[in-house]
Amino acid sequence: MEKLVVVGNGMAGIGCLEQILRHAPKFEVTVFGDETHVNYNRILLSSVLAGERDPGDIVLNGLEWYRKHDIALRLGVRIADIDRETKTVVGDDGSITRFDKLLLATGSAPFIPPIRGVEKEGVLTFRNLEDTRAMLERSRPGLKAAVIGGGLLGLEAARGLQVRGCDVTVVHLLDALMNVQLDRTGGDYLKIKMERLGVKVLLNRATSAILGNGRVEGVEFADGETIDAEMVVIAAGIRPNVELGRKAGLEINRGIVVNDYMETSDPDVFAVGECVEHRGVVYGLVAPLLEQAKILAATITGNRGPVYAGSRPAAKLKIMGVDMFSAGDLREREGTEVIRYEDPSLGVYKKLIVSGGRLAGVILVGDAAGSNRYMEWLRAETDLTKQRRSLLFPEPAADSGLDIARMPDSETVCGCLGVSKGAIISAIHEKGVNSLAQLKQCTRASTGCGSCTPLCQSLLKAVAPEFEEEKKKVLCDCLPFSQDNLREMIQTQRLRSVQEVLDIYGNGHGCEICKPALSYLVDVVWCGGHEEDRSARFINDRVHANIQKDGTFSVVPRIRGGVTSPGELHRIADVAEKYNVPMVKITGSQRIDLLGVRKEDLPRVWADLGMPSGQAYAKGVRMVKTCVGTEFCRFGTQDSTSAGIELERRLENLYTPHKVKMAAVGCPRNCAEATVKDIGLIGQEGSWQVVVGGAAGKSVRKADLLITVETTRQAIEASELFFQYYRENANYLERTYDFVERLGIEKVRKETVYAVEDVRNGLLDRLHKSKALSRDAWLEREELVNPTQFVQIQPMEFAV
Amino acid sequence: MSWIRITQSDNVPLREGRAIRVAGREIALFNLGDRFLAVENRCPHRGGPLSDGIVSGPSVVCPLHAWKVCLESGKVARPEQSSCVKTYPVRLEDGVVMVRLPQASLHFDNSTDSALP
Repeated sequence: MEKLVVVGNGMAGIGCLEQILRHAPKFEVTVFGDETHVNYNRILLSSVLAGERDPGDIVLNGLEWYRKHDIALRLGVRIADIDRETKTVVGDDGSITRFDKLLLATGSAPFIPPIRGVEKEGVLTFRNLEDTRAMLERSRPGLKAAVIGGGLLGLEAARGLQVRGCDVTVVHLLDALMNVQLDRTGGDYLKIKMERLGVKVLLNRATSAILGNGRVEGVEFADGETIDAEMVVIAAGIRPNVELGRKAGLEINRGIVVNDYMETSDPDVFAVGECVEHRGVVYGLVAPLLEQAKILAATITGNRGPVYAGSRPAAKLKIMGVDMFSAGDLREREGTEVIRYEDPSLGVYKKLIVSGGRLAGVILVGDAAGSNRYMEWLRAETDLTKQRRSLLFPEPAADSGLDIARMPDSETVCGCLGVSKGAIISAIHEKGVNSLAQLKQCTRASTGCGSCTPLCQSLLKAVAPEFEEEKKKVLCDCLPFSQDNLREMIQTQRLRSVQEVLDIYGNGHGCEICKPALSYLVDVVWCGGHEEDRSARFINDRVHANIQKDGTFSVVPRIRGGVTSPGELHRIADVAEKYNVPMVKITGSQRIDLLGVRKEDLPRVWADLGMPSGQAYAKGVRMVKTCVGTEFCRFGTQDSTSAGIELERRLENLYTPHKVKMAAVGCPRNCAEATVKDIGLIGQEGSWQVVVGGAAGKSVRKADLLITVETTRQAIEASELFFQYYRENANYLERTYDFVERLGIEKVRKETVYAVEDVRNGLLDRLHKSKALSRDAWLEREELVNPTQFVQIQPMEFAV
Repeated sequence: MSWIRITQSDNVPLREGRAIRVAGREIALFNLGDRFLAVENRCPHRGGPLSDGIVSGPSVVCPLHAWKVCLESGKVARPEQSSCVKTYPVRLEDGVVMVRLPQASLHFDNSTDSALP
């Protein structure tokens, strides 16, 4: 078998290898990677930085993939030399490996402009997982960070750091951001977007020096102006890694020169990706790499024939809330027409450059809808004469399936991984793909930035025979509406009681599903100002205790933060004895459960305890579990106990779509398990991480990072924002882990902690209004809802 | 057969049930608005207290495992199977709910249930 050596374990090298493996396996393959990781999706590093994904989430080919295909993987080994005479490569570990065919996929390296002091501690680049880790380790709320370079990577790095709480300034050499992909106006629109997100932007600044004594303290510009910075990220572009090729005597220009068959000047040596120059062009984006990979795979496996004719540049910014898309040739010259649309209030800018009745280039800022359509027009060089009236805004399709039907098979659906509509359709027909998960596995579509997911789903819906779209769930047969609809009805029709909703929209009766759900919905819509109807509540919420298998109840008093006192413990013990409580149990939530209490004893038990309800029976605020934090623990970095008690105090007595369990921990050792709670506060030196959507019950799910903040007050406010957002938007009986999973943490962040001030204040106002109307449920002992709420009815006469 | 005066009708809130211990039996009495219905207060499934269930039309849903019992016929409506609970005739007289218990069992119950208050 012929030996194939691949130098470079990145997206180009491995993407190409995947293509080669599609032809008959004819090579014994060895892959060298100088990073110590398996192949990952470099495009998504910015989302790792922003905390939207874990490093593990962006792995493209795990070790098992290499094993499955019998590929020898040599990680952490840099190839130092190629000997084309003996057909061997020499590693920096001294190893010598023979090849019949050699594939160079050495990628590129960050370009470091000539700036004094770039060697200082705290100056980083943003290229690989190590760089990302270094940025994560250093970033903390309030840290002053400067990003040099206002291109795609620079802006993504800036936003990632800003999400981590850093005070970020982007420094750009020219007068407009992303000047390669945008025009001046587009750059201005983008600048406004970035500034609205809280990232500062300085244009026309040539950085001349990094200031500081060993460590970064600031940045100096050519005109002498300086800014403070404790971290500097250089994102000033990339340079192809050509040294290895140069030493081997291959033809090198800006990149390693390849012909249309992807061969270098040596027919047994091939090159692909960012290190390559083809017809004078070097590409730094993913889609071209994959187009090259297909051609290369054909050539190297003896199927020489298909040619690579170059790719059209296309770029998409992956920053939540900032849509930016650019493709094609943006130069305006004689004979080109420019079609433009601007809406400064919405921040939308669209520009098409049309030449000879065909699309030449496109810029979209603020609204990237239609980017697929434009890409296809570019690729197919579509004659636009008949569509002149709908170039910027497509005519609304009569039925949404039509758009998909109109798409030609060759149109790219997933730009990140280069998957066409035709490829998806053949996967559905030939491989029996029926779900998005299967589609991802089979074609890799939508595993990149994920923006094509809706399109993939529409295709599945249209073509896959057994695809079941997630139906809009109706609550139950008595009330055939979704909960979103019901909220709206309750609000607009001003319905304040369950029975009103059932009478107007339902069958008048209701059932055990819709009645508790409606009870919750009227409560949350009217912030506790609804008309309470106990008959619509589950027994637990009629008597504020949890029914057990024998019809008795359990009683869990509130012990905020799990901190109790000798006095409370005495009273609990006395109650247990006085009412013959069969079991007293320490719960998993740092509380004490009295099990087997008779319904008629409940009001007296509560009075004797003299403690508030712990809501252990309710879809409501359960507890905030805490560790001892800085108060006693020698590792504590935050006063988690006080923070937890305060959080519990602020949210207790409120009801939620499903139970809400929380925790606050004083250090990342996480003793109170905050990472698997609905809301968790994780203390670290000088800051708190607020995490949401964790679970450790029927489902186990690690909570997502909502935000990192400096102060306890901010951490509690972020928790409150999420809490109220969950109350207002989740379906009844939907836990936070399903809710966060359904919406995606990006959307949750955008609509809570990163929402505009009005929206945040609205959430907090409604929360505080609800809180003001709430009270300890156990106080009902002094004011019964009805005289027989807790007692068995005694017959007026006995049987005779 | 004997009609027994149980309680003032307003002691059973609208669309709720209440448990009553009478003559050695536990009865669940429900207020459906237009009428009162009474059944044996014991779910045929695991003995759950039906009086604590949510009323759904003429049925009640047991609070333990959501078995649905028809209050008119006593039949289990969900899950589908043949078991049922006893039903008792109910009537209202001067605002007082009256339930009729079988005579024979009354005597029996009386004789064995002398500990009743």
